[in-house]
Amino acid sequence: MAGSEVKVLGTWASPFALRVHIALGIKSVKYEWVEENLEAKSQLLLESNPINKQVPVLIHHHKPICESLAILQYIDEAWPSAPSILPSDPHHRAVARFWAAYIDHKLFTWLKGVASAEGAEGKKVALDQVREGLVVVEAAFWKCSKGRDFFSGAGIGYLDIVLGCFLGWLYVAEKRNDVKLLDEEKMPGLAAWAIKFCQHGAVKDVMPDKDELLDYANMVFQAMPKLNGQCPS
Amino acid sequence: MASGSVANQEGKVMLLGFWCSPFVKRVEWALKFKGVEYDYVEEDLTNKSTLLLTSNPIHKKVPVLIHNGNPIVESLVIIEYIDETWKQNPILPQDPYERAMARFWANFIEQKVTEPARDALLSQGEQQEKKVKEIKEAMEVVEGEAKAKLNDKTIFFGGENGVGYVDIVLGWTCNWMETVEEVGGFKVLDPESQPQFHKWMANFREVPFIKPTLGPKEKLVEYFRMVRQACLGLVANK
Repeated sequence: MAGSEVKVLGTWASPFALRVHIALGIKSVKYEWVEENLEAKSQLLLESNPINKQVPVLIHHHKPICESLAILQYIDEAWPSAPSILPSDPHHRAVARFWAAYIDHKLFTWLKGVASAEGAEGKKVALDQVREGLVVVEAAFWKCSKGRDFFSGAGIGYLDIVLGCFLGWLYVAEKRNDVKLLDEEKMPGLAAWAIKFCQHGAVKDVMPDKDELLDYANMVFQAMPKLNGQCPS
Repeated sequence: MASGSVANQEGKVMLLGFWCSPFVKRVEWALKFKGVEYDYVEEDLTNKSTLLLTSNPIHKKVPVLIHNGNPIVESLVIIEYIDETWKQNPILPQDPYERAMARFWANFIEQKVTEPARDALLSQGEQQEKKVKEIKEAMEVVEGEAKAKLNDKTIFFGGENGVGYVDIVLGWTCNWMETVEEVGGFKVLDPESQPQFHKWMANFREVPFIKPTLGPKEKLVEYFRMVRQACLGLVANK
């Protein structure tokens, strides 16, 4: 695959685009990053993802691949040399896919719900739901990691990437609502994992600065209160 | 039932299911396609077994596949597990790009057709109208893909390999969609504007390992009518 043209269409604030950044970094794949303006989507984006018109899109050999989880698995299969993103054993892969679905369909939905919740009571319910979700994922972390640093073991893999991309937006929800969500006491495993994840070589240079993300979120939510916490992805 | 010993036997495959669940049916189709023998356990969803509750503690739902004592849950996750564990008769394509396309479409079908259909079944009024509109828009996309990919020689989305991942994921529509329409009181299927999709449904229904699994519609209608009434009753009583 050396010399193959690899392009990523994304936005700096999108947690889903961040997944692609990290996965390509793990595989040491060189790529061109195209920063999209979601208010004025490029012709390339609209042609590459005509169905959803969303980022991220990975373009490899001029073929577009959409949906971040499909992209992660594509990257693992198109560049099969180590390190692997998904485990090799089918049962462990199934466990990883299960938790990825939980994180995307439950945890992320609840996190979005914090921004769209109304009133103090509504916010409290939404925040409690996120915390409950994190407690569930904490238990999954211990089972998957088996005492090692990451969900995938010694190095980062599928689940680390799938969850880790939301750390910036978790921080945003914490600051905007003046609460703690990733609580070191209730979720010691995840709290320690989060620090190691952010320091990882494939993550630290591509993860958006969390305070810049906060400024961006404040600006977006102020300008468009009806955006309902949609992360640009 | 000595479920513990059956579940833990090396190589033994057990499927916890419910007779009218399209999600369980998908897993059965995948197993039958591969020629994998399995023990089927019919769950009473009003009185879930300990095995189900311990195998799927997060969602407490069927289907659950138990293989070598390990539970696997979520129908799409189970289908990929089946494909990766038993190599004969591949369900997903071999090429990484084609696999990514299959996963993209499976996700699209789930998010834009399957989940809104379930929501439309269990709602009414404005809420239901919103979901019906979503499904209709998604069906236009599905029809477009069917027009692009299918013809007289290639009658399934799996291409030259016949039935594939996308067919299995979409397959519930061939029997359950009409049921959901009838019970929910709405229409999303239209043979005039969806000719390719209707051809695909007709072909899917005739696949030898699929056909015997499609039960009589009347039973499905009766059951889902009860579920809808119970759900709307709960909402009314809140």
